[in-house]
Amino acid sequence: MTGFRPSDGAEAEQVVAWAAAEGEALEIVGGGSKRGLGRPVRAPHVLELGAIAGILDYEPAELVLTARAGTTMAAIGTALDAAGQMLAFEPPVSGGLFAGAGSPTLGGVLACNLAGPRRIRAGAARDHFLGFRAVNGWGDGWKAGGRVVKNVTGYDMGKLQAGAFGTLSVLLELSLKVLPRPETSASVLLTGDDPAAAVAAMATALNSPHEVSAAAHLPAAAAARSAVGAVAGAGRGVTALRIEGPGPSVAFRRAALAELLGAAGSIAEAESATLWTEIAEVVPLLADAPLLWRLCPPPAAAPALLEGLHAALAGRCLLDWGGGLVWFAPDPAAAGADGGAGRVRAALAQTGGHAMLFRAPEEMRAAAGVFDPLAGPLAGLTRRIKAGFDPRGILNPGRMHEGI
Amino acid sequence: MLRMPAPDQAVLARRGEIVAALRRIVPGEGVIESEAERRAFESDGLTAYAQAPMLVVLPQTTAEVSAVLAYCQQNGVRVVPRGAGTSLSGGALPLADGVLLGMGKFKRILEIDEANRCAVVQPGVTNLAISEAVAGRGLYYAPDPSSQIACTIGGNVAENSGGVHCLKYGLTTNNVLGIEMVTMAGEVLRLGGKQYDAGGYDLLGVMVGSEGLLGVVTEVTVRLLPRPPGARALLVGFPSIEGAGECVAAIIAAGIIPGGMEMMDKPAIAAAEAFVHAGYPLDGEALLIVELDGCAAEVDHLIATVAAITERFGATSCRASTSEAERLLFWAGRKAAFPAVGRISPDYYCMDGTIPRKRLAEVLGRMRQMEARYGLRVANVFHAGDGNLHPLILYDANVPGELARAEEFGADILRLCVEVGGVLTGEHGVGVEKRDLMGTMFGKPDLDQQQRLKCAFDPAALLNPGKVFPELCRCAELGKMHIHAGQVRFPDLPRF
Repeated sequence: MTGFRPSDGAEAEQVVAWAAAEGEALEIVGGGSKRGLGRPVRAPHVLELGAIAGILDYEPAELVLTARAGTTMAAIGTALDAAGQMLAFEPPVSGGLFAGAGSPTLGGVLACNLAGPRRIRAGAARDHFLGFRAVNGWGDGWKAGGRVVKNVTGYDMGKLQAGAFGTLSVLLELSLKVLPRPETSASVLLTGDDPAAAVAAMATALNSPHEVSAAAHLPAAAAARSAVGAVAGAGRGVTALRIEGPGPSVAFRRAALAELLGAAGSIAEAESATLWTEIAEVVPLLADAPLLWRLCPPPAAAPALLEGLHAALAGRCLLDWGGGLVWFAPDPAAAGADGGAGRVRAALAQTGGHAMLFRAPEEMRAAAGVFDPLAGPLAGLTRRIKAGFDPRGILNPGRMHEGI
Repeated sequence: MLRMPAPDQAVLARRGEIVAALRRIVPGEGVIESEAERRAFESDGLTAYAQAPMLVVLPQTTAEVSAVLAYCQQNGVRVVPRGAGTSLSGGALPLADGVLLGMGKFKRILEIDEANRCAVVQPGVTNLAISEAVAGRGLYYAPDPSSQIACTIGGNVAENSGGVHCLKYGLTTNNVLGIEMVTMAGEVLRLGGKQYDAGGYDLLGVMVGSEGLLGVVTEVTVRLLPRPPGARALLVGFPSIEGAGECVAAIIAAGIIPGGMEMMDKPAIAAAEAFVHAGYPLDGEALLIVELDGCAAEVDHLIATVAAITERFGATSCRASTSEAERLLFWAGRKAAFPAVGRISPDYYCMDGTIPRKRLAEVLGRMRQMEARYGLRVANVFHAGDGNLHPLILYDANVPGELARAEEFGADILRLCVEVGGVLTGEHGVGVEKRDLMGTMFGKPDLDQQQRLKCAFDPAALLNPGKVFPELCRCAELGKMHIHAGQVRFPDLPRF
């Protein structure tokens, strides 16, 4: 095994050009924090991008930040904080959500297209990806998109790279849309154990004009683990709804939303921030969850999905995105050798949506598959797309599917 | 003059046979072959170009679309998809040897799903019809291109359409959850759905804005948002473009993303005011309309904050709307800017570049110099929040040579946008209009990679060829691995 640690994009291109010529597979790594996401990559070499780091251009008034792929999220966060801005998709970047050690990087966050609670209002990582430079599996450096917030010139290649887990190109330099951080925030809390009632209340809130920026439901067991007193002390399930904006607006909407929902209470900025970081990082579920599924049903179908899941195998859950994101941690003994894959996917087939085996031992991820199995014309198209970017299959082979 | 792919004489010679075969798939009046009726489809919103298609086919079901495309693929017949034909970049310009696939009969709203905050619609539904259908529930579909009365959601998906509210609420791509589409081979795919994330490669993301080159959309699931409870607008006059531009930057730097933020230059202000009498100040060089939306507590607070910022940048007038009627009046001039310019010039040519906002004054200054060189005038309207320029070049098509001069002027403006760090098109698409300028923004490896994506969807390059890319796709050539073992040195660099 060779570990390559190029110091700039030109060196990274050299490595990939060599690998392409020789048909030598590369595992692509930023900080290494998310190496346990996806199927295990079988590659004799590692291409580590941590030294290709640094913010290249950031002018807050333009709402655009350009940085090298290996720039740590901590460094990005520091720069954005200083200007009162943020990545609005609220990517999970700390805590124990990812098994791997190491600091998350901008390239890794985009490659995995992860987003936190604000996804329901602001979109996912893909929605903020403006342009990039990369090297493809032909060994060619290439670019797409731009450094302005509005651009439709050519195919939207950033969408394709976001969530491709490094299987289509090695990202070297990325431009993202950034947005002002809200002046303040607060959260309205409801209590109750019925997921159907919780999802209905979240729908009422999200369909109201009060601009709810996050909506999650923590069943009693998860709520009890929160560091926020009002949540941990509820003794029941807690549904939380976040509002953000200028001070007078948040004050008005906090009261109006609480009245609309007959809320049990609300929490102010500091506690609200703590709670939503916990939800973004899935903290209330993680402590003893060796298996974790990330399920995306249509939001209103979440209660039916939970019924199906609980009927099939024991486990605990947490709902974000108004029900559109279900974190499910099955009891390992009940789940069996495939991590519950067969039963989880069967339950999801009843409601529609997407499943990802987010955390599991390596051999289980290899055997059970991490993403939805490819079928029909989609399978052929996916393979043709992969071949168009990486004809010899040298970039993170097998990370998403066998051969992809 | 625009060069389109040479018509395939063998296909033209088989026209009668192709008509008969397609009539078996789409019966009755769904296949149009008379010259007079085909002429109705010869242009889209880029009216400088016209070409009657070989045939027009108007399918009504996904199965018909699939069968038509499969037949055309098997028989080497080119296909150009079309929604309402409002493209400003020639995206739906027909081909002489091609089938024009009109999606106008896909007009039904299939489902309004309030609990999942989305609607499932057929691609021929107009943009505005979606918002009208859900208005009673307090919801709307956010992207609002200026053609929203006429343009269809299928066309919006193809072009990734924007509108005046997209800085805050996003483009089409940020507001579409799922599609059903048909590939050139006739395969039907469902991408995304009512859920937020889909697994696998984001093919939905790359279909949006692909200008009809990758597939034909037959169903769209759009995200619905609650309508903001209120909105107010500020109408601000500035003595200089620089002052207005710096004011926009300061508003954003203050952490405010307005629902809409539009700028007009002096010629555009004069034309609009003469047309709609909105009360625009005529003494300044630039006019800014800033709209804040949300609850009254937020709107009133932000109106005061923004008004204070405008004073710091030398605004000569600043009026806040005090009623809905007044807010709409402020917008009336901006919304009528194109027809208003149409009153002062026999023809105009609308451009669509995006620039980093900080280069605005410089770009407009250089545009003034170009006016002298080309002997043509320009009026500018500008999505100020996101740097998207719409220069309107005034010309007279009846004066020999003026159209060509206007096009050359427009190309120079777009080259300038790229030179200052911007892009060729912010929301209108590349189409045929900016196709031959792609090389100013992208190099060969960039365009090759885009073409290889096309090859994965449409290896025979039959779907909307001649659009977006200056060269026709050569998939066999692009698919060859051009590197060989032993010829690339082992990388000599830090290892671990």
